[in-house]
Amino acid sequence: MDKLLELLEENGRLPVKELAAALEMSEEEIREKIQDYEKNGVIKGYRAVINRRNLPEPPDSVTGLIEVDIAPQPDTGFDEIAREIYDHPEVKACYLCSGDYDLLVRIEAENLNEIAEFVSRELAPLKNVHKTESHFMLKTYKEAGVNFEAPSQDRRLSISP
Amino acid sequence: MIEISDTVASLKPSGIREFFDLVMGMDDVISLGVGEPDFATPWHIREAAIQSIEDGFTNYTSNKGMTELRNALSEHLDSEHNLNYDPEDEILITTGVSEGMDIAMRALLNPGDEVIIPTPCYVSYLPTAKMAGGKVKILNTAKNDFKIDHNQLEELISPRTKLLVLNYPSNPTGVTYGKQELDKIAELVRKHELIVISDEIYGHLTYNHEHYPFPTLESMREQTIFLNGYSKSCAMTGMRIAYAAAPPKIIAAMNKIHQYTMLCAPTTSQFAAVEATRHGADAIKEMKGEYERRRNLVHNRLNEMGLDCPLPEGAFYAFPSVKKTGFEPEDFCRKLLAEHSVAAVPGDAFGPGGETHIRISYATGFQKLREALSRMEEFVNEHSAHTAGSTG
Ligand SMILES: Cc1ncc(COP(=O)(O)O)c(C=O)c1O
Repeated sequence: MDKLLELLEENGRLPVKELAAALEMSEEEIREKIQDYEKNGVIKGYRAVINRRNLPEPPDSVTGLIEVDIAPQPDTGFDEIAREIYDHPEVKACYLCSGDYDLLVRIEAENLNEIAEFVSRELAPLKNVHKTESHFMLKTYKEAGVNFEAPSQDRRLSISP
Repeated sequence: MIEISDTVASLKPSGIREFFDLVMGMDDVISLGVGEPDFATPWHIREAAIQSIEDGFTNYTSNKGMTELRNALSEHLDSEHNLNYDPEDEILITTGVSEGMDIAMRALLNPGDEVIIPTPCYVSYLPTAKMAGGKVKILNTAKNDFKIDHNQLEELISPRTKLLVLNYPSNPTGVTYGKQELDKIAELVRKHELIVISDEIYGHLTYNHEHYPFPTLESMREQTIFLNGYSKSCAMTGMRIAYAAAPPKIIAAMNKIHQYTMLCAPTTSQFAAVEATRHGADAIKEMKGEYERRRNLVHNRLNEMGLDCPLPEGAFYAFPSVKKTGFEPEDFCRKLLAEHSVAAVPGDAFGPGGETHIRISYATGFQKLREALSRMEEFVNEHSAHTAGSTG
């Protein structure tokens, strides 16, 4: 992958000036490349990675990971059914997977009830959904490549020749 | 009363040790003072070491090192640099380049023989030469952008000069040499029949520069002890494994010392080194790409904050001047550490020539490096106010 993308994926807020320095390109070139990536849909957005547990008053929130077993459709395969699911704003992520189930859906809600209702009202009744299995997330160790726990220790001596 | 030998008693304590003690007591320090990679040893290399232990290979190897490793190295040097070293009697596996340097000097020096050491240099060279009975002749490179000046070198050479120590890319300056510059040095080595100990431990880490091992230069193979290892290129510092390649007479002499002081290099590490030699290239390339980006950033930011720093050509060090700040490097580093929790090493820890510089290691993750550089910039700005009058 382009080094520019690697750096931005690690930190979307790196100043153009520093990107230019690190990659030995002009600031103009960096700006153009980023614009191209944005236009072509390679860069889909810039978000903050939030660790809610660190808020002074962590909000009530529950994340559910729902495995969904589906019967694919003759023309559209999984895509149409997936769309019906991921169009719901509660769905934060949706992946087609190989293995025992087909879709993995991440849902965020205020409490367990809301997730249960979403599954029973919106997911399970869909015509081609055979089966769902819900998991509730207990703790986030790492999100979007960011470690939420204490950083792993640098084992090196702090000064060496 | 216990009396330490005069030679050892006369060795100066390392300037780095002092900073280490200072940093030890502090929290939240970002250290740019680390002379080893921040990467973990590539997994396949660690796995080879683990496998060898599981298989029970935990005995001594031959003094010279495992045949398989010497063969792998011989093939590697041939394919990479067209260098031919016989694995039987021209390659010795050592416990780090540190050992290689020590036994090379001890194998060659008689008391009073002169050793030319360009400085600033890696901290072990001067004490190692002294312990081997050599008389150190310092070649201070500060006036020549930290490169060896051919004329200055020739002036230092006397009938008693036996050894010239080279290290490129350099710790601490990040300087390396092109072919023509090396040819000029080789010419003097040939003319005055010197022997070169060439520490090329950072040889894989050059940026936009090809690396020319000293023995590849015309006729230099016969006058060079080529030292290289896995510590830096493969992030294997703790494995203590390296090698020396030289003509048979020298290797035999070095092996004589090695067999009594070391017996053999660590066996587990030799297995890791076989894997690293045969299959390490991709991992090396990846780490090098990462260092290069950091180098560019460090170079750019240091100059922007007013610390003059030429573009480092290799290794993972930048060696900026702190002269403009009005601080001696030692004070600069102490204050920077106390006020902004960033550690760097004063340039004079590396011998004559580093009196106005500091060493910055960029073996630190990109984001951390940015944070450290921002803190440094703040520090420089805060303190430039009171020197502004003198620097305009
Ligand atoms: C120039 C140079 N030579 C030798 C060494 C030591 O290497 P080894 O780990 O192989 O003993 C270092 C380590 O910092 C170094 O920078």
